[in-house]
Amino acid sequence: MITINLAMALVVAVLYSVGFYLLLQRSLMRVLIGVVVLGHGTNLLLQLVGGPPGRAPIVGEVPAGALVADPLPQALALTAVVITFALTTFLLALGYRSFVLVGHDEVQDDVEDRRIASQEVPAGGLDDPADDLAPTSEGSDK
Amino acid sequence: MLALVVAHLAIAVLLPLVSARSTRAAFLVAALPPAAAFGWALTQIGHALDGGVASTTAWAPALGLELSFRLDALALAMIVLVSGVGAVIIVYCAGYFERRAEEAPRSAALLLAFAGAMLGLVLADDLFTLYVFWELTSVTSFLLVGQSGEGRASRRAAVQALLVTVFGGLAMLLGFVLLGEAAGTYRISEILADPPAGGLVPLALVLILLGAFTKSAQLPFHPWLPAAMVAPTPVSAYLHAASMVKAGVYLVARLSPGFADLAVWWVPCVVFGAATMLLGGWRALHETDLKRLLAFGTVSQLGFLMALMGAGGRTAALAGVTMLLAHGLFKAPLFLVVGTVDRSAGTRDVRKLSGLRKVLPGTAITAALAAASMAGIPPLLGFVGKEAAFAAFLDDGRWPVALALLAGSVLTVAYTARFLWGAFASKPGVEPSTVRAPGLLLTVPSWVCALAGLALGIGYPLVEAIGEGYVGPGGYHLALWHGLGLPLLFSAVALAGGLLLHRFRAVLRPLGAGPFDAQRGYEGVIAGIGRAAVVVTGRLQLGSLPFYLGAILVTVIVLPGTAALLAGGWPTDQPLFHVIMQVPLGLAVIVAALAVVKARRRFTAVLLVGVIGYGVGGLFIVDGAPDLALAQFLVETLSLVVFVFVLRRLPANFTEESPRRRVIVPKAVVAALGGITVAGIGVLLSAARSGPAAASAQFFELAPSGAGADNVISAIIVDFRALDTVGEIGVLFIAAAGVASLVLATRHDRRSKTGQGTPEHEEEVRG
Repeated sequence: MITINLAMALVVAVLYSVGFYLLLQRSLMRVLIGVVVLGHGTNLLLQLVGGPPGRAPIVGEVPAGALVADPLPQALALTAVVITFALTTFLLALGYRSFVLVGHDEVQDDVEDRRIASQEVPAGGLDDPADDLAPTSEGSDK
Repeated sequence: MLALVVAHLAIAVLLPLVSARSTRAAFLVAALPPAAAFGWALTQIGHALDGGVASTTAWAPALGLELSFRLDALALAMIVLVSGVGAVIIVYCAGYFERRAEEAPRSAALLLAFAGAMLGLVLADDLFTLYVFWELTSVTSFLLVGQSGEGRASRRAAVQALLVTVFGGLAMLLGFVLLGEAAGTYRISEILADPPAGGLVPLALVLILLGAFTKSAQLPFHPWLPAAMVAPTPVSAYLHAASMVKAGVYLVARLSPGFADLAVWWVPCVVFGAATMLLGGWRALHETDLKRLLAFGTVSQLGFLMALMGAGGRTAALAGVTMLLAHGLFKAPLFLVVGTVDRSAGTRDVRKLSGLRKVLPGTAITAALAAASMAGIPPLLGFVGKEAAFAAFLDDGRWPVALALLAGSVLTVAYTARFLWGAFASKPGVEPSTVRAPGLLLTVPSWVCALAGLALGIGYPLVEAIGEGYVGPGGYHLALWHGLGLPLLFSAVALAGGLLLHRFRAVLRPLGAGPFDAQRGYEGVIAGIGRAAVVVTGRLQLGSLPFYLGAILVTVIVLPGTAALLAGGWPTDQPLFHVIMQVPLGLAVIVAALAVVKARRRFTAVLLVGVIGYGVGGLFIVDGAPDLALAQFLVETLSLVVFVFVLRRLPANFTEESPRRRVIVPKAVVAALGGITVAGIGVLLSAARSGPAAASAQFFELAPSGAGADNVISAIIVDFRALDTVGEIGVLFIAAAGVASLVLATRHDRRSKTGQGTPEHEEEVRG
């Protein structure tokens, strides 16, 4: 029972590719648009895997024997659409606030991580090995 | 048996109440549970030697986990050391620790907890039970070696002991799982009754041996044991001589009856055991600290025991049990003697001690008695054991092993002589040490142990009874006199050779302790791990968000993508489209999506996203989801409005500078591959469907009757899955609150006309 045809597979692939690509950008606005596009792709995929196109799932409106669209993925996708909207507005507000405070809306590199990356590897490891082999008096002798 | 173990741990927890009043009383109380365990084991001796006493408590029955205990001959021998010698050593602590010593209360509780864990370990009849107690002993050892953690040397030694033994312990756990799965049971007695073979069993055995070798300080893992000598002397005597370090030997002895025939088991045991015996003995000859001398002696003896226990054959195993008891009974008093000397003379450096034989005659005699057992002098238990060991390898024709053990015994005698000479002899040119007389608590315990070695040497039939309970009757018998023969010759050669070696120690000195220093190896490994961590962190943690997201994406492509490719099952009858309307709508979505990537102006990009949204909504209609499409259109319109509100205040173009090709191409490739992977997996998974979902049919039936709705979607959202919808509304509220606070914060900044957020500032930013 094939539920995703070639054309729809192509649409999903393009939506996800574009979403991923925008997500990898440095402009917060683009990242946000990437999230929205990914949301569209996901909702579409959710609906597509539910089954091939059919009649709307309304009792009494469907002639006997006709193919009906699966209602459960539709309900889930509907929830997802609304949640994506909430996420979009919140991200937008965040991006705007960042713009107001910092003056641009670019994703910055983490300076602390950069520092670790450029750190020199300690030559002798974590500890110098040349001690503690001599006899030591016990703690109780203190 | 579980009750006994738990009693140890429970009393250990309550012990601080006693030590708050008197630390001496605390140690005496702490000695009670091990003494009780020892007494209990003695009352069970008949049953133990006659097949064993078992008890099992369900732990997590659903997982098949149980706490299973069994007292048999081998466990009994270990309990003599763990509980019998243990109780004596804990009593000794009462005299050893000063009354106001800060670490005393802590040590008392930990020693008792250790005694409980060790008791559980030797009684365990289940691989997981054994493992739990095994690691508990590692942890208590770590805490006892590290003491208060104030001394650098203590900390380093404790960490080293923990890292090495836990590394081996984890390997062993893996081996246990493999072995248990191969055998179909984790009960040790059942595994030994019908040992599994083939498959992964050899690997399991090697992993288990790794655990045993690390715990029992075998080459090349041995350096943690001498390093652990920074612990207080009674701790060393108990953990690092009498009991814990024998856990590895015990495990090998426990499993040998089932696996000693396999070369993968006995060859490493014998080879590493003999090598450890030689190396430890040689190093002991070069130590000036009495404790470290004994520590290397322990390493050497553990190698000896490992070779005996792992070698297979009845005589070797019998010798192993005898030496196990003998070693505990001579090494513990020797350590206690060192503690007494240290306490009395204020040092344990052989270069500073002199003339103690005259001022501490009682201690010297105890030491001599214990040392005689170590050197293998009749009629002590050490002699009986060594005779049996030589006979074992001479009789079954493993000559090279016998010769290696002989060489090891020569070294043993030599370092024994060095120990006695170093501790008690009058040395020319060294001032006689001044001592304060040790109290009874410092001397009696070592007497008890040393005399037990003598008593068991003369009363060897008792040891043989325990040994036969382990190896079975018949064949070789322990004896003080076997008649003239090769074993006796070997004993004589060992004694004479060792004494000569000690006599001409000045000749040996230039040879040094040898180029072989495993401690450097350990430090190299630890430093290497640290370096590798810095390098890996530096490579992976670049601080760049696109890099991190890219890494996640590549993982998605590689792992599930490869799995999907390998799984195959690509549908052959995939249609180009189901409904013709899908093609123009899909085309519009694709064009808009590609255009978004190219868009330079923010507003263009947002409008194109709107096109995508409406297009997807159209596809929903085609698919037979009008409700979904309606929601999509509404949300899309609202989103556009919100975007426009914000875009008003942002620069018209994207601010980021146009990136270089070098960056664009890999990003585009990864993104495209990611999209293709997702779509491909979607097609694959949807093709696996065999019919309409069963749950949805029920929704159709229930919607009119249950929810009173003809529209199944609305029935699901407001009735069947109403709680989901409530959660969704909650999310909307939270998002709204977040948005409002962010916007209001900006407005507040602007009203207060200070700094960022003011129109002037915005003008400035916009350039």
